[in-house]
Amino acid sequence: MATKDQSSGNGLKLLLAWGFVGIPLAWGVIETINNAMKLFQ
Amino acid sequence: MSFLDKQHTIAPPGYSRWLIPPAALCIHLCIGQAYAFSVFNLPMTRLLGITTSTPDDWKLTDLGWIFSIGIFFLGASAALLGRWVEDGGPRRAMFAAACCFGGGFIVSAFGVYIHNIWVVYLGYGVIGGFGLGLGYISPVSTLIKWFPDRPGMATGMAIMGFGGGAFIASPLSVWLMARFSTPTHIGVMESFIALGIIYFCFMMVGSIIVRIPAPGWKPEGYVAPAQPKKLVTTRNVYVYQALKTPQFWLIWWILCLNVTAGIGVLGQASAMSQEMFPGKVSVTAAAGFVGLMSLFNMMGRFFWASTSDIIGRKNTYFCFFVIGMVLYSLVPTTGAIGSVTGFVLCFLVIISMYGGGFATVPAYLKDMFGTRYVGAIHGMLITAWSMAGIFGPVLVNYIRQYQIDHGVPKADAYNVTMYVMAGLLVIGFFCNLFVKAVHERHYMKHERADAMGMAD
Repeated sequence: MATKDQSSGNGLKLLLAWGFVGIPLAWGVIETINNAMKLFQ
Repeated sequence: MSFLDKQHTIAPPGYSRWLIPPAALCIHLCIGQAYAFSVFNLPMTRLLGITTSTPDDWKLTDLGWIFSIGIFFLGASAALLGRWVEDGGPRRAMFAAACCFGGGFIVSAFGVYIHNIWVVYLGYGVIGGFGLGLGYISPVSTLIKWFPDRPGMATGMAIMGFGGGAFIASPLSVWLMARFSTPTHIGVMESFIALGIIYFCFMMVGSIIVRIPAPGWKPEGYVAPAQPKKLVTTRNVYVYQALKTPQFWLIWWILCLNVTAGIGVLGQASAMSQEMFPGKVSVTAAAGFVGLMSLFNMMGRFFWASTSDIIGRKNTYFCFFVIGMVLYSLVPTTGAIGSVTGFVLCFLVIISMYGGGFATVPAYLKDMFGTRYVGAIHGMLITAWSMAGIFGPVLVNYIRQYQIDHGVPKADAYNVTMYVMAGLLVIGFFCNLFVKAVHERHYMKHERADAMGMAD
């Protein structure tokens, strides 16, 4: 039971932590790709 | 502040090691802002004149020093404070990095407010530079300890963040300046304050999440190889002893040469693409090319460092030097036949290996010198980057100018540079070839380590 609680708690922490860094990074990458596309227009 | 003590950062049982890469990314995504500092340069030349520069406004040449001082102090602080980072643990180092980097922006904002460039040099250059150096090395050894099975991938993820930081900083800075600017005021000061607060908070999240593994911890199911590989040690070399080994200096030159070859063209990519293909590559397209190169620089850090876990560090650097040599030699041909696609492809691969060189080197050091002082040894190796930061652009710019002064058309002015870069990679190839296992006498002896309180 304790292990199950621990793993679900870890899952939420992982989601929050990766979202915290992943969302701004994804936004920056999309912005860059949008600008880079001008190379092929 | 006991919260910062190394003892208080030991992970409890069941703590997921996959929380450590986001902690490292919190730091590296912020300090990667350094690559995007140039977005402030032009607005800072019009702080007094607003629409055009006045004689009392700062010149671009004055402003260029801000980045250079920052990179110098990045190298200096990483080299000098590596041991302090290792001894105090990642949380204290990340906290100090957050204070320095965020504080550097606030001091710079004051410099902009009183219009004194020396205060900006002190703020972003010196104080912020210390934040860059401390932040850069702070998660390295922690990641390697959490991921003994995949050290390349783990450090590659963090160092990828340094490449990706500019993607966030560039549009964010532009947006903040637009938000704070009025017809009679350029919002650089307010943007610096906002960035200082944002980066401080973001980096503090990293310092709160980070943990070090408990002594003797191993990933579930992980069994250390029974027969250690020849070039992967299970022992440790003391930080200053590493400086006495030929391996340290060979890897120093490997990094320096790989970075020199990449950094020169990275800085000149826009101008080079337009001059080599006049009429075919517009200013907008060149900017897109630079963005694409930054993207490959970032992805290469993760891809090549992860690949090094499979094929080995030495072989990964052999790939960089051999493939790089071939591609640099091909670039003049792409110019001669007018193949923009070929030119772009060559440089995207080259720049992915430039980033890969940065990201693979911590794991290379770990293989050579062990995990105990890898962060501090990595800090000292960062001086190779500082050196390459001077050599690379100087080589590209001076060779190009020499060619033009001697009547070579602009479209062909980079050909010699490309062959020189290929030549540098040949030297790098031989440096890598000479890397052998560290001699027995350099490893820490248990008695000595225990006596000095340095044992794990």
